[in-house]
Amino acid sequence: MPYLFEMQSVSVSYGAGYALRDVDFMVNESDFIGVIGPNGGGKTTLLKVILGLIKPVSGAIVFNSELINGNSIGYLPQITTGDNNYPVTVTDVILSGMMIRKRIISRMSSSDKKRAAVVIEELGLSGLAHSSLNELSGGQLQRVFLGRAIIGNPKLLLLDEPGNFVDSNFENDFYEKLRILNKRMAILMVSHDIGMISSHVKSYACVNIGLHYHPSSEITNEQLLAYGCPIQLITHGEVPHTVLKSHS
Amino acid sequence: MFASITAGLAGTYIVSRKMVFLSGGITHASFGGIGIGYFAGFNPVIGAAVFGILSALGVEYLSVRQKIREDSAIGILWAFGMAVGIIFIYLTPGYSPNLMGYLFGSILTVTNADIIALGIMSLILISYFSVFYRTILYISYDEAFARTYSPYVNTFKYITTALIALTIVLNIRMAGVILVLSLLTIPPNIAMIFTRVYSRIIFWSILAGFLGTAAGYVISYYAGIPVGATIIFTLVLIWIIVKIIFLIFGSPRK
Repeated sequence: MPYLFEMQSVSVSYGAGYALRDVDFMVNESDFIGVIGPNGGGKTTLLKVILGLIKPVSGAIVFNSELINGNSIGYLPQITTGDNNYPVTVTDVILSGMMIRKRIISRMSSSDKKRAAVVIEELGLSGLAHSSLNELSGGQLQRVFLGRAIIGNPKLLLLDEPGNFVDSNFENDFYEKLRILNKRMAILMVSHDIGMISSHVKSYACVNIGLHYHPSSEITNEQLLAYGCPIQLITHGEVPHTVLKSHS
Repeated sequence: MFASITAGLAGTYIVSRKMVFLSGGITHASFGGIGIGYFAGFNPVIGAAVFGILSALGVEYLSVRQKIREDSAIGILWAFGMAVGIIFIYLTPGYSPNLMGYLFGSILTVTNADIIALGIMSLILISYFSVFYRTILYISYDEAFARTYSPYVNTFKYITTALIALTIVLNIRMAGVILVLSLLTIPPNIAMIFTRVYSRIIFWSILAGFLGTAAGYVISYYAGIPVGATIIFTLVLIWIIVKIIFLIFGSPRK
């Protein structure tokens, strides 16, 4: 399977200590990887290294230039920094994702606008194209930001804790959208909400300064404890679940 | 006319980016330049322009670097500019007859050069905003996201801020240091009563600004009141009327 990028013993430091240390990590074309680990373990840092926003102090990240370069990665940030009262429409925000392709945008071509319309339709936002952001629900907003991440048709989609502001009604729907998107792009999804991570995730990467990759989607209790992410899942009745083997 | 074009474009940017306080800082800081201009005997508008642009860029720089809280920086610049202005005006021998004009605005002190300068400024702003409309919109909507992909975010922020500082300074001649801010902030707020689309806000701001300034001039001429005051008064009146109209008829889009 063609790879998209490979990290070779990447270390990142913000001054004191390491945020990431000796990370070897490879992502292939149709991967759907859940990135888990404790807060402060370096999950967001990992995404920023991939986006090229943070330069590693040592090691390197190599992109498969036939498929991808640093400028064609879709990104759904953890918190949206935009002001939801800002006078922009849903279409405007989704179109702003074209900055993935062009660094300075003057005019939108009609093909860009058509593409925005397709994305809006695909994400079930039809009828809201000209709405401003403060008219939308949390779930709708999340879809708008997902639209912004995918309009450039990236080969790789990075999601930072997308569950954070999705209402539970929309959650299944959202993961179903991801499953469909996964057919045309690799997805890397950061989550510390391990119990609730989607069953569509094909494999896991555990990040806590170091990175351990689990090719199959199983998680063990010992492994969670070893990574300092104590999790207690409280449920009623039968819940589908997966348990990973512990690291060697 | 030119004043309403520049104020409409700059004002929409300021209001939607919540930069009203920053603009107040720029305006008052530029008073320092006016004072130095008087004292040293060069055109006070040039002094104001230099002070305005430097203080605007300074505040943007500090906020990018996050070395000091932005509102504190603005507060300091605001008062410092006024202080410098007052010091130099008092050091200047003789009374400065035009001082009131700079504070409250006056048609009498507006020269042909001022009008030409505002006209050029309008052209610059129109072409800048129409070429880079999308980029400016995206950066000011979600700077962090734009920064993820574009290395030019800071460049654009600095250019836009500098242009806005210049706009403010050029409009000081007409509306005065104390009132120019309202010339920039009221028209977009009138527009935002009935539209939330950025480009339409710009259009309606310019129109509202034009109506307000035109009516303000007429009143000022017949009543002999400083034009800045009559313009602002008219603009607020328009704002209230539009607000009432939309409260009574039809539900405005939020």
